[in-house]
Amino acid sequence: MLLGVAGVMAAGALAARAATLVNGAGATFPYPIYSKWFDEFHKRSPEAQINYQSIGSGGGIRQILEGTVDFGASDGPMTDEQLAQAKIPLLHLPTVLGAVVPVYNVAGAGTLHFTPEALAGIYLGTITRWNDPAIASTNPETKLPDAAIVPVHRSDGSGTTYIFVDYLSKVSPEWARRVGRGTSVNWPVGLGGKGNEGVAGLVKQTPDAIGYVELIYALQTKQPYGDVRNRAGHFVAASLASVTAAADAAAANMPADFRVSITDPDGRDAYPIASFTWLLIPTRIADQDKGRILRQFLDWMLGEGQSFSSGLGYAPLPASVIALERKAVERIQVGSS
Amino acid sequence: MEQAGAALPPPGGRIRPALAFRPAPVPPLAARPLEPLLVRSGGRRWRIGDPVFRGLAAGFGLSVVGITLVIALVLFRKSAAARATFGWAFLWTSVWDPVFLRFGALPLVYGTLATSAIGLALAVPFGLGAAICLAELLPQRVADPLTFLIELLVAVPSVVYGLVGIFVLVPAMRALTTPIAATFGWIPLLAGPTYGVGMLTAGVILAVMIVPFIVAVSREVLLAVPQSQRDAALALGATRWETVRQVVLPYARSGIAGSVVLALARALGETMAVTMVIGNRPEIAASLFAPAYTMAAVLANEFTEATSNLYLSALIEVGLVLFGITLVVNALARLLIPPEVGRA
Amino acid sequence: MTAHARRRRRVDRVMFTLASLATALTLGVLLFLLGYLAWQGASSVSLTFFTRLPAPVGESGGGMANALVGSFKLIALAALAGVPVGFLGGVYLAEYGGGSVGWLVRYAADVLNGVPSIVVGITVYALVVVPMGHFSTLAGGIALGLMTIPVTLRTTEEFLRLVPTSLRDGALALGAPRWVTIVRVAIPAGLRGIAAGILLSLARVAGETAPLLFTSFSNRYWSPGVGQPTASLPVMIFTYAISPYDEWHRQAWAAALVLLAVVLGSNLLARAALGRGRPA
Repeated sequence: MLLGVAGVMAAGALAARAATLVNGAGATFPYPIYSKWFDEFHKRSPEAQINYQSIGSGGGIRQILEGTVDFGASDGPMTDEQLAQAKIPLLHLPTVLGAVVPVYNVAGAGTLHFTPEALAGIYLGTITRWNDPAIASTNPETKLPDAAIVPVHRSDGSGTTYIFVDYLSKVSPEWARRVGRGTSVNWPVGLGGKGNEGVAGLVKQTPDAIGYVELIYALQTKQPYGDVRNRAGHFVAASLASVTAAADAAAANMPADFRVSITDPDGRDAYPIASFTWLLIPTRIADQDKGRILRQFLDWMLGEGQSFSSGLGYAPLPASVIALERKAVERIQVGSS
Repeated sequence: MEQAGAALPPPGGRIRPALAFRPAPVPPLAARPLEPLLVRSGGRRWRIGDPVFRGLAAGFGLSVVGITLVIALVLFRKSAAARATFGWAFLWTSVWDPVFLRFGALPLVYGTLATSAIGLALAVPFGLGAAICLAELLPQRVADPLTFLIELLVAVPSVVYGLVGIFVLVPAMRALTTPIAATFGWIPLLAGPTYGVGMLTAGVILAVMIVPFIVAVSREVLLAVPQSQRDAALALGATRWETVRQVVLPYARSGIAGSVVLALARALGETMAVTMVIGNRPEIAASLFAPAYTMAAVLANEFTEATSNLYLSALIEVGLVLFGITLVVNALARLLIPPEVGRA
Repeated sequence: MTAHARRRRRVDRVMFTLASLATALTLGVLLFLLGYLAWQGASSVSLTFFTRLPAPVGESGGGMANALVGSFKLIALAALAGVPVGFLGGVYLAEYGGGSVGWLVRYAADVLNGVPSIVVGITVYALVVVPMGHFSTLAGGIALGLMTIPVTLRTTEEFLRLVPTSLRDGALALGAPRWVTIVRVAIPAGLRGIAAGILLSLARVAGETAPLLFTSFSNRYWSPGVGQPTASLPVMIFTYAISPYDEWHRQAWAAALVLLAVVLGSNLLARAALGRGRPA
């Protein structure tokens, strides 16, 4: 068996020698689509090995600032202070749109309808039981149990958290005052699970739990998720259409650095807890091979790559945003010139 | 090296004749210490061998000290920002707020110490009981392979414990603790809600992980108690249990205490298994069933993603506190275990 | 027999029954662990597992070939980094080690043993990963190597101590210098136990996850040489275990089974080689 391992190792080394490894780290939110993309791109360009590890948006930001990875990924845009720390200026490039959905484990409940006040109350700890009027009033067709709610949140730094608390900060002044927004916050109540995967797993296992995860994780684990009332007063479930509706307003006023929040948007059919997710790319990449691969990947991602998004539950980017991004990608300098 | 002369049979007949030069002449002054004499008389090429080798070995030995100092230094220096901002209050403040950058490690220290205490409380009776059984009750032939099997538990990787913990222990604990909390919930220690994950679950997993240490070391210590002590007690008419309780255990007391301290040291630093079953909530709660957080777990969860310098510094200060506790616990172990007893 | 004597006999029986129960329970846990792992993981341990790279999220047919090779490289590096230090340090303690320097080295080794693996990982991150500019197998190997030092040191010391002084005296009496005595007589005599101890310490770090998270990171692909991040069995187990995908859960169990088999196998090997001797 040792010989076998040695043989495999040699083969691997041989195959890998021609290839270039590009390392990235960050958000768990888009991990399914990123791993699909990097795999598909690798099939098209075998010498491009893009190794992405989902360690959380905060991790992506940290590691790209320290320079230990070649690119980062985050669901929450970097703050000005963070950007100031970067040795090489960083580009935020939106890749897909995603939605954060409330998943829950309540016996006998179908699709629950949540108001912004209900979600904020649950996570602030002011609403503690499932049959609280704040939840029951919007769910007349369901017999909610008189059971204590178990809120579940992320224990690691996360852009998914950022999107969720960004939304809560906009709809609940008390949340904005007490907790605020960040990739890691001081949660008033609840258990912590590691990664989108950890939260989905905890909710699935714990009766009367509620958590927030990216849509694709809810679909993968076949967990029920609720719809949320948007600013226009309609209860909207997360779907490609509702997420795209949320992005449409933003696309018109996209800032030059692409850092924009689209939670709690206007729009009749817009889903309230949606967001872009960004790749954090240095504007100057010294290594020729890595830079070339990244630029080629980004071009592919903005074109053919977008066709894979909807299959995994992510909304593709609006065309106007893609056009703006292509211009930004051209600004990336490769090689030491 | 040339082979030694075959004419002279080696003394005792057991040492391999690996030496290759003419023996030195008998030293004129027998009072001289042997070593420098050999260095001098062994011929030029051996003269520097001894100090060089000793220096080399000493160097490597001291490098261990150096490594430990480096770790302490890195932790100390990189936690400077947090230490300056929070001071000693870091140790008794109860907040963990990465947004507003307020950090106090009290819930973490509490969680670490509490889960370790629960782990010890569960592990010591079982471990000691098993050690007594293996040392006093069972014949050596049976006890040896059984001890070996128990020691294999040490080799199980932490992440495997965590895995089994998530899929087996957590649902089991939830099934077990929910009725207990329902009936006895008026006692703060046993109050609900019960999630399955929590301090007690972490304590149980730690107990399973440290029992082998206690069993292995305590068994050695018990075996080291002279048989004459036991015989004397038995001759006086004591039962086996009375012998153990009144004669053997007191004799072995400091060794057993040392093994407990060693197990504690391992429990304090345990990361992966704990973070998977503890609920990750930096809060001090009265109930055993409440979620908690330990220093090692917060490092595993938040270290790679701490984006602001103060946040990172606070995390490293947590590492420093953990290191400090390790120093103290190990010093205790050094004092309690007699140096002759083998340690796990 | 008086009632008093009968009661003492009863107490004796009860206590020893309890002690036996404790032993049975402890053994039961081990057997349960092994059985559970075997039950969950055995079906996924296939040729695919040993030869294929991980598949993307949601697709089946992936394996952990790169993690197996990665773990192998990490342990080899750990041996290179940690064993010489531990070995020679142990030699120093056994042969020259009385006095305060010896005491200091022993205390430092104990502290190093007690340092949580995650703190070792953070230190190596600050000292190796950041200056190097990226995660690497090398950093992971160094972190694991640091963790093998205490056990290697203690085992070497104890087994050298077990070598009878008469052996050394005989060599010295023949005129050998001290260092030749140590190298050519004492060490070979204690070698079996020392080797077993080294094997045990390596087997133990093979299962460590926390230090690898910040040093060798992980890798979707093969990792050539030692300068790149690498997948490793413990990290893969952790990543897959907390995921919501059933396929990945099955692979996590399989990986855990393989890891446990390797670790237990080396333990058995070490004990068999030891015979009567007692490793640390």
